Amino acid sequence: MPESSPRRSIWARVTGQSPFVVTLFALVLGLVFGAIVIVTTTAPVLDAWRGFFTSWGAPGHAIKVTADNVGAAYRIMFTGSVFSPATLWHAITTGQGWSNALTPISETLTYATPLTIASIGVGIAFQTGIFNIGANGQAMMGGIAGAYVGTLIHLPTVLHLPFTLLAGIAGGVLAGSVPGLLKAYTGAHEVIVTLMFNYVVSAILLYTLLSTALQAPGQQNDIARTLDPSAQLAPLFGTASGLRVNYGLVIAAVVVLFAWWFLERSSLGFDFRVTGANPQAARASGINAKAVIILVFAISGGLAGLAGVTELAGFYKTLDGGFLVGNAGIGFTAITVSLLGRNKPIGIVWASLLFAALGVGGRAMQAATGIPLDLATVIQSAVVLFVATPVLVKEIFRLRTSPTTALQLATKGWGS
Amino acid sequence: MRLELRGITKRFGTFTANHRIDLTVEPGQIHCLLGENGAGKSTLMNVIFGLLQPDEGEMLIDGVVTRFADSGEAVRRGIGMVHQHFMLVPVFSVAENVVLGFEPTKSFDRLDHQRAREEIRSVSQTFNLEVDPDAIVEELPVGLQQRVEILKALSHDAELLILDEPTAVLTPQEIDALMAIMRSLAASGKSILFITHKLKEVKAIADVITVIRQGEVVGTAQASDSEAELASMMVGRDVNLTVDKVTVSPGEAVLTITDLVVRDDRGLPAVDGVSLTVRAGEIVALAGVQGNGQTELVEAIAGMRHVESGTITVRGVDITNRTPREVLDAGVGHVPEDRQLHGLVLSMSVADNLVLNTPRRAPFARHGSRNLAAVKSNAEALVTRFDIRTTSTQALVSSLSGGNQQKVIVARELSRPLSLFLASQPTRGLDVGSIEYVHRQIVRQRDDGIGVLIVSSELDEVLALGDRIAVMHTGRISGVVDPSTSRETIGLLMTGAHVEPADA
Repeated sequence: MPESSPRRSIWARVTGQSPFVVTLFALVLGLVFGAIVIVTTTAPVLDAWRGFFTSWGAPGHAIKVTADNVGAAYRIMFTGSVFSPATLWHAITTGQGWSNALTPISETLTYATPLTIASIGVGIAFQTGIFNIGANGQAMMGGIAGAYVGTLIHLPTVLHLPFTLLAGIAGGVLAGSVPGLLKAYTGAHEVIVTLMFNYVVSAILLYTLLSTALQAPGQQNDIARTLDPSAQLAPLFGTASGLRVNYGLVIAAVVVLFAWWFLERSSLGFDFRVTGANPQAARASGINAKAVIILVFAISGGLAGLAGVTELAGFYKTLDGGFLVGNAGIGFTAITVSLLGRNKPIGIVWASLLFAALGVGGRAMQAATGIPLDLATVIQSAVVLFVATPVLVKEIFRLRTSPTTALQLATKGWGS
Repeated sequence: MRLELRGITKRFGTFTANHRIDLTVEPGQIHCLLGENGAGKSTLMNVIFGLLQPDEGEMLIDGVVTRFADSGEAVRRGIGMVHQHFMLVPVFSVAENVVLGFEPTKSFDRLDHQRAREEIRSVSQTFNLEVDPDAIVEELPVGLQQRVEILKALSHDAELLILDEPTAVLTPQEIDALMAIMRSLAASGKSILFITHKLKEVKAIADVITVIRQGEVVGTAQASDSEAELASMMVGRDVNLTVDKVTVSPGEAVLTITDLVVRDDRGLPAVDGVSLTVRAGEIVALAGVQGNGQTELVEAIAGMRHVESGTITVRGVDITNRTPREVLDAGVGHVPEDRQLHGLVLSMSVADNLVLNTPRRAPFARHGSRNLAAVKSNAEALVTRFDIRTTSTQALVSSLSGGNQQKVIVARELSRPLSLFLASQPTRGLDVGSIEYVHRQIVRQRDDGIGVLIVSSELDEVLALGDRIAVMHTGRISGVVDPSTSRETIGLLMTGAHVEPADA
């Protein structure tokens, strides 16, 4: 019997239980998938394979070229987003070039900061059975509100920065409460309303940027004034370090701790989770469904708003028409990140770091090898796809399915 | 077919569902497998049917060691299984369902309806199982749907028929019909393995009885053994099948319902002018055929359904159209009809479910922060007090058997100070041991001076528990009678007939 051989049982013990392991294997599969994409889209590799039968040495050459190309791409992805051993060793031995050695990880953390905050907001909503597809609009609203307070009021940092951040939260709460109130009082479906509200906020962004209040003086384009330095999130290691990672990271850490406490320890979070897991039982147990809906949208929206203002105050410093648009739309990425992290704060931290690293590393890879940045998106998407199909991953890696720890789907379909 | 199991063991992780099970079914024999919910009956059946592979032991068919890779192989080897939940396509005809998977076809792969019909007629005739082959399955009563399942198994030349809790969904008449079919099948040489936890049925039909408890065979019994003997074997201790009650004199009114009108989901009046009083220290049992407004009445009391007109008061406090929270705070404990839908959050732990409607109450929370230590110690106390069988208080409530899930709800509701205890179908789907337990708890509440309103479609339960029995028919109370009233009279009231009230 295969189960009884010791080798099998150790393998099973290592791999059988945790959803984390499935996610890890999904990452491996995503990288394999990315490698296939590299092979089929890189001319030198294809050329090498086309000559497969031309000479005795050709097959070996083809394999070598493939390994070189894929290896280089992934190596640069890693050194560009985490650290390069050589540069790090240089910094350790000489004490010089620390900034250089830490830049990749600093960049990854910089991108992960607002993403984590927004994803936590989306995750709390998911755990309550609510699909908040409007995180991007809520983050944008947070950015707009933050830009008002950060550019129009002038105060010392101790007041100005907190006010700016609070304004961002308020903007997100406002944008989140519209769909929340609509759902609670009219039964409108939150997916439709939040999704559509993104467009409303996009229009508000452009409008305010062209208004005289926010637009930078002398500008004709959709660019606002730069935030006062007193309203900015300063770099963690000082401007001189050249590292962009900023105090937003501290905010993200606080948010993660808060979210963990909220979901696992608070009474309101308990109500949220009960509502998400079984709305009928929640009602029978005396939980006020309307209040939960309104509050979850306020919290989820508030966190998205905080993510937006963190992005603005820590990274862009200046609001413009490209804020959170397209690839920068962290509110949309947050949905994927939250699902990847199984809507749990700690899982979301890892998922955000992974997504940020793939993005940052992808840019380094594009610069060094010419392989388009889109490969990173392909890998991100493939990983999520594999995570969403744990059965497939378990089959491929022959992981044991334990009936007691059967994976739960992260979401249960479009909540109503 | 002669089926023999030798030392079958099946484990799930560290949990042993079946431990060294020995069992022999002779040809032409009706073999009853008797056990409580969660005793491992279904696991054993799935092993026989090839859905699960045993970890140890062997299975012999007609003396030959056999191992099925899957259920398809089991079917080909002559084993038929009728599941508790039917595996039929509701919109297909009887004939189409029976031939499903083995369809006779004409040219171009068209289904040969004529041959399918004939096949069914011949099987029907051989075993005397009347079903119209052209009837649509979803339009048939449940008893006939089950007959289609049996036909399906027989049309695949089943020699051994496994019936998994077949009577759970049947009316008394349908059960009698099923028993007749089982006897005639056995007479024609088929072997039948009949799984149940209902003692009356076992005594009525079994040739041999094997009792299993906690995954192990605890012995064999005879149909002539008394129900009490069978029950004590099954549960592992003596079971009291009647409810012991001392007479107590009820106190003042706890629940007063006046001229209540409630609409159902389609907007039709489901409760149509009901007035009812439950006094402290008495059990009022609400009897009636399912769907006569009992569900809506209970939901209205619990604050989960809008009241059109009339009033509901608990100890003088008007709770008409109040929120569930306000009703709970008025001292109403509620065991809902559908425990998994309304009573529990299956993906949460036993401990969390035990504080589901009191999460904010001291000591379980303070300043909005939950006190998990208090939640845990509360759970440990209740698990011990109510004998909830669980591996730990942190185990997911979905991992518990139905009876223990029900105990979680009962424990939770009874752990608060109550004025009124409201229970809908409190023992549906539970085994003897759990039923006895739940009944004892209900009587204890009554003795402690709490008003109890029980809704049950089981007449036995109504008669055993009720101090007064209210019968409901088409949204009205057709009579309130004494528990000494004959079953026939109550049956008549359930059909809406007018009967002179025994208790004025």
